Amino acid sequence: MADTMQFDLVSPEKSLASGPATSVQIPGADGDMTVMANHAPTITTLRPGVLRVEAPDATTEYVVTGGFAEISAAGVSVLAERAVAKGDMTAEDMSEMVAEARAALNNAKEFFENEPGPVDDAAKLLADMVAMGDDMGIGSK
Amino acid sequence: MANLKELKNRIASVKNTRKITKAMQMVAAAKLRRAQEAAEQSRPYTTRFNAVMGGLAASVGGSGSAPKLLSGTGSDQVQLMVVMTSERGLCGGFNSNIVKKAKAHAAALKAAGKTVKILTVGKKGRDQMKREYGDFYIGHVDLTEVKRVGYTDAQGIAKTVLASFDAGEFDVATLFYAKFVNVVTQIPTAQQVIPAMFEVDEDAADTTLYDYEPSEEAILADLLPRSIATAIFSALLENGASEQGARMSAMDNATRNAGEMVDKLTIQYNRSRQAVITNELIEIISGAEAL
Repeated sequence: MADTMQFDLVSPEKSLASGPATSVQIPGADGDMTVMANHAPTITTLRPGVLRVEAPDATTEYVVTGGFAEISAAGVSVLAERAVAKGDMTAEDMSEMVAEARAALNNAKEFFENEPGPVDDAAKLLADMVAMGDDMGIGSK
Repeated sequence: MANLKELKNRIASVKNTRKITKAMQMVAAAKLRRAQEAAEQSRPYTTRFNAVMGGLAASVGGSGSAPKLLSGTGSDQVQLMVVMTSERGLCGGFNSNIVKKAKAHAAALKAAGKTVKILTVGKKGRDQMKREYGDFYIGHVDLTEVKRVGYTDAQGIAKTVLASFDAGEFDVATLFYAKFVNVVTQIPTAQQVIPAMFEVDEDAADTTLYDYEPSEEAILADLLPRSIATAIFSALLENGASEQGARMSAMDNATRNAGEMVDKLTIQYNRSRQAVITNELIEIISGAEAL
């Protein structure tokens, strides 16, 4: 049996999961990555996406937005601003989040007229949200 | 000698007050437990967040490219004070203590020739601060409708603060709230959030060398605004627990005082009643003797 490592998923409001995991798929800002035991210590920011945790006995999936993951010798900790078990995610939640991202993009467009940086970031966030929704089959228009 | 009827009414009214304060105390105790649980549950996030931020800030902070949120604007002329208080009263000195601390801070800043701006969270603090510092107001966040403080509320406040920082409206931001120690002790605290400061425990500071993805700077730039929200959120939770703790002990005192008052009034009532009876007897006896 494969080695396991400690996995923690915490949001500001509560700790969602804690236990052993054989592998964790993290939606990193620069691309997905799968972490297994004895991974090199890494810190990566998250993009909105699905976090997939494979434990010895079950596989769980969470929808996470905003935050970062810390991979150390002790295990993986994911600190997400918003984290929901994938099964609990509804189309309403999704469209709410997409609407939020869209508002942020419009805001950024107004605020930073001559700076592409923040506008691109907001646009990427929106695109990530929509992609995540489509991926889960509850995409919104 | 007070009128018997009056005394009786008075006793009844104090007894009613005692019932109300007792009920409020019990409600506060239940709410306190919930508030403490919420604070407890947010702790793992905050601790880890700050540990990572502390490490990042230490490694990037020295370089000239550090974000403004971390290194500051290079000035401390305009100071923003975020004063967090409760939405409801009847919680002892809770609000006054925070406001007192904030006022002392504002007075010191004014004496030093700085510009003060104030943002209040919570109705009670706004009312108290307005009397003296009404001109410095830049806004108020109303949480009256919020039953249970969530992270989104903190994000909302953080957004207001950050937007105003980006617009160059202030240089330094400080949070004022009460730190919960236990039911009888809540310490009014001032915490500077912009430029950000992270307490790094020297002994616990881990020396692991991390790979950063994307770059250290990019991560820091992404996480700093979130750290403001995190700081505000934990301040809100601390404040929530402190408020209920203060209310609980204030109501406990009030209940005890009401009890003492009932005892005192009852003695007085009995004495007057006896005096009236004695009087009547004397009248009857002297009437009978006169015959």
